[in-house]
Amino acid sequence: MTADQAKVDQGRVEGPWAILWRRLRRNRVAIIGLWVLVALYLCAILAPFLAPYSYSTQFRDRNWHPMQVTGLHFWDDAGTWHGPFVYGTTRLDEFSAEYEEDRSVVVPVDFLVRGEPYTFMGIESEVHLFGTPEGSTPVFLFGSDKYGRDVLSRILFGARISLSVGLLGIAISMTLGLLIGGVAGYFGGRTDFVLMRLVELILALPGLYIILVIRQVFGRDVASTEAYLIMVGVLAFIGWAANARVIRGMVLSIKENEYVTAAEALGLSRMRIIVRHILPNTFSFVIVTATLAIPYYILGEVALSFLGVGIQEPEASWGNMLRDAQDVRNLTDYPWVIVPGFFIFLAVMAYNFLGDGLRDAADPRATE
Amino acid sequence: MAALSTRLRGLLPGRALATFIARRLLAVPPLLLATSFVTYALLYAAPGDYVARMAEDPRMTPQMLAEMRIKFGLDGGLFERYGRWLYNAIQGDFGYSFSKEIGVYTLIGERMGNTLLLSGTTLLLAWGLALPLGVAAATRQGSWVDRIAGFFSFLGLSIPRVFFALLMVMFAATTKWFPVGGIRDQVNWDTFTGWQQVVDMAHHLVLPTIVLATTEVAHYMRQMRAEMLETLGKDFVRTARAKGLNQRQVVWRHAFWNAVNPLVTLFGYSLAGLFTGSFLVEIVFSWPGMARLTVDAVFTQDEPLVMASVMMATLMLVFGNLVADLLLGRIDPRIGVGA
Repeated sequence: MTADQAKVDQGRVEGPWAILWRRLRRNRVAIIGLWVLVALYLCAILAPFLAPYSYSTQFRDRNWHPMQVTGLHFWDDAGTWHGPFVYGTTRLDEFSAEYEEDRSVVVPVDFLVRGEPYTFMGIESEVHLFGTPEGSTPVFLFGSDKYGRDVLSRILFGARISLSVGLLGIAISMTLGLLIGGVAGYFGGRTDFVLMRLVELILALPGLYIILVIRQVFGRDVASTEAYLIMVGVLAFIGWAANARVIRGMVLSIKENEYVTAAEALGLSRMRIIVRHILPNTFSFVIVTATLAIPYYILGEVALSFLGVGIQEPEASWGNMLRDAQDVRNLTDYPWVIVPGFFIFLAVMAYNFLGDGLRDAADPRATE
Repeated sequence: MAALSTRLRGLLPGRALATFIARRLLAVPPLLLATSFVTYALLYAAPGDYVARMAEDPRMTPQMLAEMRIKFGLDGGLFERYGRWLYNAIQGDFGYSFSKEIGVYTLIGERMGNTLLLSGTTLLLAWGLALPLGVAAATRQGSWVDRIAGFFSFLGLSIPRVFFALLMVMFAATTKWFPVGGIRDQVNWDTFTGWQQVVDMAHHLVLPTIVLATTEVAHYMRQMRAEMLETLGKDFVRTARAKGLNQRQVVWRHAFWNAVNPLVTLFGYSLAGLFTGSFLVEIVFSWPGMARLTVDAVFTQDEPLVMASVMMATLMLVFGNLVADLLLGRIDPRIGVGA
């Protein structure tokens, strides 16, 4: 007797979510991916608290300051305990950004320190998770950029943009894909023909080439919120077509079911049949595809911002932070410009792990 | 392989294949027409134009600007302008680039060659590695080869190409083992002999090829492993073993050709995907290919150049997909390409 039958016999029927979760839980790699994502999204949400500074705070006299995460100490040279601290640094000269560690100055890195005020979910606060005491030099765990902004803080704030692009983008393109695929598959005939030619046209457009052209329609000088929405819109506009095609195929077979005929006999409206009776059957496809497609949007943001038409300064996103790495001199002299790339990698890999696990879990042929 | 293809040819009626090709080819012109119109309409809808950028120059009078618009063909409505472009394009004339003032053909020809060169080396390396690795992973399932291959395939599938390319540039700049970008030595190129030029270009090709091939290898190795595992479980493999053939003969003479069939069609898609997929990698490595040219053309609103590059990219996509479909029909007789 399989586990599914056992559940039915007990009079409890497992919902699709429960089945998916039960199977997914056994996949260690997928669960690691899931936890990494939970951690990343928590970082994004709690960014104002976790980040020692704001994404736009500039310490102009300390630009291109090296990473201090490796210079974090607990005992000084004499062996005295200080708690976490970094040694103070002094800038060698005004023009070249070179710093020297001063082993005599101890800059403590304290927890829950008062810093810049921020508003988080309606609460005004100035408490940050960690930071240096007032009056001492700032701490740059992942270094600082050309304007002396803290790279770690910008990564945390950038996560809000880079990670939400994926969710919003897939939400738009999946909704479009479901509706258009559903209508094409259920209505058939001329509607189907026209919609599918449209899908083919979009699929034949060459990716980034056309994305750049569409982006250009909206002009270069737009406010940051608009730039964000335009970017998501453009990516979703290209992304829905592939989903619509698969969903149409699924709808074609689902609509042959007897309960659809029953719904028709009841005189339900056609849109209601599509949305309430047919589309819910594509559930597992939608979940798996959405998870595996989110990296496309994250990388789309990176591509557009990297080319300079995505998120604009001073706003931070992982893609526009990588722009600093386009200069080979920065890569050699200030190698920490590459750090946002690790976060992109981490997020994409976590989504792939989770998506792969979900695909296995949702596979109806899978053995229990 | 020769024996295999003759066998397949016997299974596939020549007429059906011809019809299939004809039908696929017939679908291409409407598709190109639609994509070109969409692209043109988008360019038309974008605020400003190439001439508007010159208006910032105080010496330009409104009359001069108007004349330039006429000269560049930037006057008139959408349909009039698109009609003009189409009329010329059908005759093979893609016009002159506004910004570079040379024929779009000459400009794109060279860049296209460079992009195709990079795609070519990538495909060569990727397929040369992916197939043997996939077979090795499948025949020694669970061994260290399999584990390492599995780990790298996951890494390769997840690592963003931009990031990997930047890491490689960093590596090249720190070690000085490889050039950090470009396609040839800017200073000494003219003094090189033929062979030195080839070596120099190969040297420049190494890193971008590695970056692009990693993703491809990861993808195809996984597929090859899965196909090989399935094939090794089939009856005819057991028969071959029962005949007393050794492992190598069973794997390479019998199982391999059957397992590789489904992958061959992927070759077409990878051909199509690479052309647009190498975009950011070309930018990072300052590769003088289509990417840089297109980005600049889009940003300066160099209309003829944008149109030509988008059309070229579309053609490559269509061509790659066509190759994929044809190979599929050729290789697997179960796929009905006839009716």
